[in-house]
Amino acid sequence: MGGLLKEIYKSRTLYLFISPFYILFLVFSVFPIFFSIYLSFHKWDGIGKMTSVGFNNFTYMFHDPNFWQALINNVAIWLLANGPMLVCALIIAYVINLSIVKFKGFFRIAFFLPNITAMVAVVIIFQSMFGNEYGLVNFLLVKLGLGQVAWFNSSTGVRVIIALMIAWRYLGYNAIIYLSGLQRIPKDLYEAANLDGATMFQSFTKITLPMLRSIILFTVMMSTIGGFQIFTEPQVLAGNQSPYPGSETIVLYMFREGFVYQNYGYAASVSWVLFVIIGFISVLNWKIFNKSDD
Amino acid sequence: MTAKKIFVHTFLLIGVIFSIFPFYWLVVMSTNETSAIFSSPPKLVFGNYFLVNYHNVMDNINFYRALFNTLFIAIASSVLQLFFNSLTGFTFSKFKFPGSKVLFYLMMATMMIPAQMLLVPQFIIIKELGWLGSYKALIIPGMASAFGIFWIRQYALAIHDDLLEAGRIDGCTKFGLYWRIALPILRPALAFLAISTFMGVWEDYLWPLIVLTDTSKFTLMLTLQQLKSVHTGDYSMVMTGTLLATIPVIAFFLLVSRQFIAGIMEGAVKS
Repeated sequence: MGGLLKEIYKSRTLYLFISPFYILFLVFSVFPIFFSIYLSFHKWDGIGKMTSVGFNNFTYMFHDPNFWQALINNVAIWLLANGPMLVCALIIAYVINLSIVKFKGFFRIAFFLPNITAMVAVVIIFQSMFGNEYGLVNFLLVKLGLGQVAWFNSSTGVRVIIALMIAWRYLGYNAIIYLSGLQRIPKDLYEAANLDGATMFQSFTKITLPMLRSIILFTVMMSTIGGFQIFTEPQVLAGNQSPYPGSETIVLYMFREGFVYQNYGYAASVSWVLFVIIGFISVLNWKIFNKSDD
Repeated sequence: MTAKKIFVHTFLLIGVIFSIFPFYWLVVMSTNETSAIFSSPPKLVFGNYFLVNYHNVMDNINFYRALFNTLFIAIASSVLQLFFNSLTGFTFSKFKFPGSKVLFYLMMATMMIPAQMLLVPQFIIIKELGWLGSYKALIIPGMASAFGIFWIRQYALAIHDDLLEAGRIDGCTKFGLYWRIALPILRPALAFLAISTFMGVWEDYLWPLIVLTDTSKFTLMLTLQQLKSVHTGDYSMVMTGTLLATIPVIAFFLLVSRQFIAGIMEGAVKS
């Protein structure tokens, strides 16, 4: 025991070096975790006394249609945005990686550019293209003979707009990630397949996809976690009004409960349910991808 | 040029148009009147209303103040992150001490906590500390990050032990080993960390929205949101504000794109 203490004493500068992170971690993560658990069983407006309410926050949540609506909205936007986007990103990465493609550097930068645009800016830009009657998109739809869409009047319309923003912003990012995986696949695998007379499609499904499994898992996990944190898009879209139909996500619901209506205890319990949802889906992703392993 | 080659490049160009068009549209709107864009057919070429729009933006928001606030917070956060993350990452990569493994894995585990989870209690702590409405609320909680430490540690593992040994023989303290030997070697890893921290702060929205109270301290993103909510009708002006707030990051990105994209690619493979 004395040896250990001596060892610790000898390493005191090292502990000092790593201490800033752990101090922040204690103050801004560990304490908040416990405080948030405590809060989720209380009713508190931030100023008055906290009153213990047992599981009431949770029972209220599970009986609140707005909560379920937020969950549905969230899942709908997430699927709408990420499903098609990840597939497109993979195709784009695959094509950029082909040996016949010139200007690879240019394509990488051009596709990545949307990702550095702040979400607030993305929302403003996209919103300006859509309108209930006018707007660029409706003009094009009418020209194509499809008729105009009152985008902001229907849940589907609003969700499509938000999904487009997300897809636009993250398409290039995910393509770049896939590209990094593709570059690690040995070229001779493709050459061997070519010699055996495999088509481009066959080598894609038989070589590319299996070799990319862990990278695909990574992107699916990241977009799942990101998908349940959607906040800026619907919030900025609606400005200071309440969210457009079909666009109130879980985080926005939590934000409004906590920071607009000052129900801090309730907002804390919503955040725990969010945590469980994200955890559950992450484990599910993990299971699905590891099952197809063998 | 074979048909296949042409097809593949056309495919990519269509994708690029999808990626670039919103930027083009942003410039079109910023250089036209709102009515020109909502007319039928909408205007799709640059106009000459930029200066009018620019003056309207300046009349409605304190753009340069917000720019200064954002730059200040972004630079302060980046510098602090570089220092604390590299010191901690280096320590974890090159020294063994009681509890080092446990502490390292504990740190890695914190990456699993979604940021929004702790919004309410973190807000209350900031309030209790009396930091509500100050830059501190934005800079201090983000002074060090698990991702940054991990990133530096991976890079620092490659530093040769002989180098450090030589430094020790020359009488370097532990901090000296970090400052004189490790830091110069870690430069490429630091560059990516600085860029990604800077961009992260630039685009951050939810946390500043919660902890900043006074418009004079607002970041660009909060100011833009405010401009948009108040002046819903004047799209050209709002878009001009958006353009002004976007140009600096795009310019910055184009300067460092090679390092930044390389960093993103490396990061994905490591995780």
